[in-house]
Formats: sequence, structure tokens, C-alpha cells
Amino acid sequence: MELKGRTIFKGKGEGEALVTSQPISFYGGVDPNTGEVIEKGHELHGKSVKGKILVFPTGKGSTVGSYTLYRMKKNGTAPAGIVNKECETVVAVGAIISDIPCVDRVDIKMIKTGNMVRIEDNIVTIF
Amino acid sequence: MIDMYLTREEQRMLDGEEGYAARKSMEILAALGDIYGAERLIKVGSVQVAGVSYHNLGDAGLEFLNELAKDGRVRVLTTLNPAGMDLENWRSLGISEEFAAKQNLVIDAFQRMGILISCTCTPYLIGNLPRYGEHIAWSESSAVTFANSVIGAKTNREGGPSALAAAFVGKTPCYGLHLDENRTPDIHIQVNAGLTKLSDWGALGYAVGKKAENRIPYITGIAEAELDELKSFCASVVTYGAKPLFYMGGITPGSESVQPPKDAVTIEEGDIKNAYDNINDEVSSIDFVCVGCPHCSIKEIAQIAELLKGKKVAENTEFWVATSRTAKQLADKLGYTETIERAGAKFACDTCMAVAPLKGRFKALATTSAKGCFYSRQNGMKTKMGSLEECVDAAVTGKWS
Repeated sequence: MELKGRTIFKGKGEGEALVTSQPISFYGGVDPNTGEVIEKGHELHGKSVKGKILVFPTGKGSTVGSYTLYRMKKNGTAPAGIVNKECETVVAVGAIISDIPCVDRVDIKMIKTGNMVRIEDNIVTIF
Repeated sequence: MIDMYLTREEQRMLDGEEGYAARKSMEILAALGDIYGAERLIKVGSVQVAGVSYHNLGDAGLEFLNELAKDGRVRVLTTLNPAGMDLENWRSLGISEEFAAKQNLVIDAFQRMGILISCTCTPYLIGNLPRYGEHIAWSESSAVTFANSVIGAKTNREGGPSALAAAFVGKTPCYGLHLDENRTPDIHIQVNAGLTKLSDWGALGYAVGKKAENRIPYITGIAEAELDELKSFCASVVTYGAKPLFYMGGITPGSESVQPPKDAVTIEEGDIKNAYDNINDEVSSIDFVCVGCPHCSIKEIAQIAELLKGKKVAENTEFWVATSRTAKQLADKLGYTETIERAGAKFACDTCMAVAPLKGRFKALATTSAKGCFYSRQNGMKTKMGSLEECVDAAVTGKWS
């Protein structure tokens, strides 16, 4: 299945989908050394985003979160790609400075955790 | 692929013909423009860059800034937010050698970009003063709120990287608070409580922030407001929930031609008391007193010097006066520094309690600042907010009475 969205940062990324219906704060919410979600009470608490196609509605929290994504990229713990319902400043800037493919305006309910997913610019393909 | 209109020069930058920093900057500005529906970029008069403390940036942030500094040069007046330490006097504030070395590398990178190493959250007090109606691209929520609401300039609440991008291009995407249609107030807040000391303005900011909840308040019932009171209110109201723009009847430029909205609430004495109850913890021993969030003005420094005359800060209590290097230099000349340091208090220039690496160092803070309490709780401290007099008294006795 193919979903068409809007490119936030172009590029190709492929991996297993990790999906949540809750917004993500990278600063304070994800450990940049391990890639694990550490926000208490979050659906993805304890799960690692490393190498995944991370699917979530939108970002939240401090603008330092953009640098957290950059740190994750340098540490090798970043997601392989990001799919949002509606992207906002923190995640958009984070994806751009970290060279992580990012697409939004996608019906994220169509993607389930465990699906193999490929992002290519504004096209999200589910296998 | 980009929806927003780009000039030939902007397209050249996006294509990488002006180097790495310009390309990354245009990628950021174009993406933000498209996300928020901007039609074009607009010129900005100045930029304020946050995200300076090594405590928040880490090695990855430092690496990114070094990448940008290779060929990135700012095109407009660009000032800098506080760093994680006093750039000269960091040893006496208990900062480690390792931290200082990394922080200095961050500062070097900003210097190579052509940014003024002002290291203050009050750029409007040290020479970056926009005019009414001017478009600017500022980060630092308290300064953004002050610029929009006290000066009447126009800026969104930028993050560190998006502010840097605006500095390298000299422009920002025209959306949000740059457009008049997004600057209309959507809740009327009538203040029926009296405000007698500086911290009352922080408490008012808390109360208004909670009631405005991400809306733009039109505030009435305030007859007079001084610079330091407005500075404190701006920091608090945006920390506790409002958009970084308010109208204060008779005080905000242009407020007379804007109608207060029909949706109205009031703030009574009880709301101010409730704000203090929420900001203050149960604690009596004070081991840290910090004044200057936002950074102290020269007038506040004069008041602190007057209150500290002939007194001594308690042995187990640390007292920081956080301010800009510029205000400190003035205080040096005027003799305030000598009075304050003789009493055992320390200047913390270029830094503040929100961005210095303070986690685990102190147990209980006394301050005049509602915003300072918010960030110090994240650093594991109990907090007390009160007047300058109460804070100086806590510093001298080591107790909150």
C-alpha cells in the first residue's frame, strides 16, 4: 500500500514501523544514548526507536528536542525515518539538521507497529 | 516541492550555492514556511539565539554549531542567550574545568558566526532594541513576549536552530505572529488584585498564564507598570501557559485601538494567593538565593546593593546576582559590585539558574522569579518566591521567614 504525504526532509529510509497515537517529546522523553522512550506514562515507554520508522501524530516539548535528534543520529540511535500526521517545529528542525527522512500529512492510522515501511521523499510504502 | 515563493537569491541558497550553513538554514526556513502556510520570507531586523548552554546542547549540539560555523556568517544584528556559566568568573560559581572547556568551545563557534557574545535573556537592555512593528526572529520565551507585548515588535517563538537559520539568511517565514490577523486577543482578563512587590508580577503571570491557556490575553485593570515588573511578568506568563503575546490596556503600544474580546475572566486577590501557594514549597532552610530571571537591570542591581549594605550572606548560603556583562560593567563603575561582593554575594554574569548545570547542587532556592522557580524545581530544588527584601533576608539568615 502507498500513502502520499508532504516532504519535510527528503530522502529514503526503511525499517520496521513503531507507531503511537501520542505526541513525542525528544528532549527529556527519549534517551539519546540508547534511543529508548523514557517518558513515564507514554505508550512507547521502554521501547527503542533506533532504526525504526517512527510514526506519531506530532512533536511536543522543548525546542532543545531538535538537538536531541541530532545527538541520536550521531550516536546511531536515531529512527531511520519519521512519519507524522502534522509535523511541528521541533521535529521538523531536528529531522533537517540530522538528515532523517521525514514526511507528514499521512493517515498514520493505516500503519501498524511491526509493518515493514519505506519512506521515499513524500511516499510512504507499507509492505 | 517547496510551496512557498522563493526569490532567486533564496533559491540559490537552498541549492547550496552559498555553502552548507546557508543551505541548511534555507531548508529549515522553507520547511517551517510550508508547515505553517507562509507565502514568502520576510526580512528581520535582528535575531536572538537561544540554546547556548553546553548543559542543554551536549557534544552533538556543539558538533552541529561547529559545522555551521565553518561557513555560516550572520547577516543581521544577532545577540546570544545566557550560557551555562559566567564566561570569566566560572570557577567561583563552582563550575567544573570540563564543563568550562566545552562551554568555551560553544562560545567560540558562535563568535566565528559573527554573533555578539552578549549572553543575556534581556537583549533589549543591552543594545538589541527593535522598534514598534518591526519583524524580528527571536528565541528565549521571556524576550519574545517582551518584544511582542511591551515593544510591539513582531516575532514567533523561535527555537535555537530556527533563530540561527534566520540570522544566516536575514529572513524568516511570514506566518504566525508576523501576521496581524494572528495577533488579535482572544480572552479578556480583568485584574482586580493589587500588586505591591516585584514577585506579585510573577504571581500575576502565573495566574494569567493558567487562565489564558495558549491564548492571547487582553489584560485590563493595571494602571502602571515599570520595566522590571513587565520583564518579570513576561517571563512568568509564557512559562505558565499563555502565547508569547499579550495586550495590557494603556501599556502595550497599539492596545488602545484593539477591543478586549467578549470572552472574559477576572483575577482576584485569591488567584494571586493561589499562584504563590503553587509556586512555593514547604521549606525554611535556604541554601541558594538567586535574583535575575530575567537578568537584573542596573536598577535592580542598585536595589540589591542598597539592601546588602553592611550585611553578610550566611555561611552555608550562596547568593547569585544574575545579569548581563554590560549591566555588571556599569555596576563596577558605580560601586554596586563592591558593595554586593563585600557582603559575600556573587555576580553570575552571562548565565542564570535556568541554564547553569545546577542539578543536585542546592536543596532550596529563594528568588523573586516565578520562572526561576519553575526551572529550579526541574533541577530538584524546593522553591520560595518573594520580594527583593525577603530574598536578601533569606540570604543573610539562611532561612525563609
